[in-house]
Amino acid sequence: MSAVAPARPAPRPSPLFAYAPALTGLATVVAFFVLMEVLIRVGVISRFIVPPPSEIIGSFYRVITEEHVFRRFLLTLGECLTAGVMITVFGVAGGVLMHRYKLLQQACETWVAAFAAAPVVLAYPLFMVIFGRSAWTIIMIGFVAALPPVILKTLEGLSGTRKVLVNVGKSFNLSGSQQFWKIMFPAALPTIFVGIRLGLIFALINIVGVEFLINYGGLGQLINDLAERYDLAGTYAAICFVILVSVVFFMALEKVERWLRPVD
Amino acid sequence: MLSPSAPKAGGDILVADDIYVRFDTAEGPVTAVDHMSFNVRQGEFLSVIGPSGCGKSTLFNVIGGLLTSHDGTVKVGGETIAGPHKSIGMVFQEESTFPWRNVTDNVAFPLELTGMPKAKRIERARRFIQLVGLAGFENRFPGELSGGMRQRVSLARTLASEPKILLMDEPFAALDEQTRLLLGDKVLQIQQQLKQTTLLITHNITEAVQMSDRILVMTYRPGKLKRIVEIDLPRPRTSEIVGSEAFGRYVAEIWNDLREEASRGMRDEEAHALHEHAS
Repeated sequence: MSAVAPARPAPRPSPLFAYAPALTGLATVVAFFVLMEVLIRVGVISRFIVPPPSEIIGSFYRVITEEHVFRRFLLTLGECLTAGVMITVFGVAGGVLMHRYKLLQQACETWVAAFAAAPVVLAYPLFMVIFGRSAWTIIMIGFVAALPPVILKTLEGLSGTRKVLVNVGKSFNLSGSQQFWKIMFPAALPTIFVGIRLGLIFALINIVGVEFLINYGGLGQLINDLAERYDLAGTYAAICFVILVSVVFFMALEKVERWLRPVD
Repeated sequence: MLSPSAPKAGGDILVADDIYVRFDTAEGPVTAVDHMSFNVRQGEFLSVIGPSGCGKSTLFNVIGGLLTSHDGTVKVGGETIAGPHKSIGMVFQEESTFPWRNVTDNVAFPLELTGMPKAKRIERARRFIQLVGLAGFENRFPGELSGGMRQRVSLARTLASEPKILLMDEPFAALDEQTRLLLGDKVLQIQQQLKQTTLLITHNITEAVQMSDRILVMTYRPGKLKRIVEIDLPRPRTSEIVGSEAFGRYVAEIWNDLREEASRGMRDEEAHALHEHAS
């Protein structure tokens, strides 16, 4: 019979190991920039199409100070939040109505789903006719483009409420409105929030896009301005800023979602 | 030892009279419950046992008032029920805690519906949490608990509404055998402590014999009452009783009744599967 070796505690993983995925991700981005820098400097990619990353990074300070990027950021954020409030109110209400009235659901669900894939931004001239060259054109396009995922996810969340939870409500003799507010709506909330998150991302993309197209407002207009001036490094720096804002926005929404959904 | 039971005068809290349920399916009408009549006495633990697909859960829904399209009547304290009744508290087979509420808020749910002040309902909820052995987990969310603990939360929530009859549909079906036996102990202890009238729907013979005063044996489709078995085992009981000779005799005798029904159910399922495959 062989002797059993005494159990030894597993070695503690190094702190670096815990950050490995994040560090690898960062290294990939850095490697991409280095590769682009080399390809541009040796002339494989024309610097008149894509400026070297070092120039883009160098123009960040200029874009922030001279182009009032924070004021523009707040403008875009304000438009996004307004559209966000609107999609939450009208999107959730639309989903609830479609869940409540089956005829409405059968009549509209396919249309709403199809609308989610439609390039609403192309209809910007129509919105300009209705709302003028104003922030409302931008907000309304963001709102219309972002509405379908909120409606569809609200509908999905309410329809997906587990039957046993509904039966628990019935067993406690809940009224229709109690059943909705105390069981169905909280049960559907995580799915509804996924819809709102998707909607806000759709809204942000469309809002920046329309700002660019109609040369009005915040970050989109800044990109348009810089491109018109053929300030390539500045244009790419502004694009990087929009990407950065999107990432921060996305992460903040994830945090809020996690806070709203305690533990599954 | 095993004898059909007649209702005892004055002691019936629930009377089911001539319950008949038929469903229309794609393959024609199916009789789920066929003219079943029985009574539940004040303070007793009654189990309904039968093979899978015999209509036990349909019967659970009828008694709980969730299924109203049936013939026959269910009376609680002499009052005919036409829907969910405040005297009947239901514990479901599936996990039914609210994931967005912590343990205390889950258990306090029925008290919240009565408009009880928050401090009072939390205090009362904590009493029931303690009763089911979950003290220390008051602020945990269901996602942080095991399956057995979640079922105890559901049980505490139902008990908090102080029902006259506790109606349970295979509440431990999804749990492993050891947890099931230990939770059986807990339910027995609570039932004996509160003198809670309990009606348990189950397909588990051990569970039924361990806990019940009487067991109603059902036939496979259509679900009819085959016979009523009085369980004459001493109380208070715990899961230790499963090792006794008398316990084994009850299990064997009930299995004799059920084996034929379960075999019929199995043959029926096989024939159905063959038919499905052929078409």
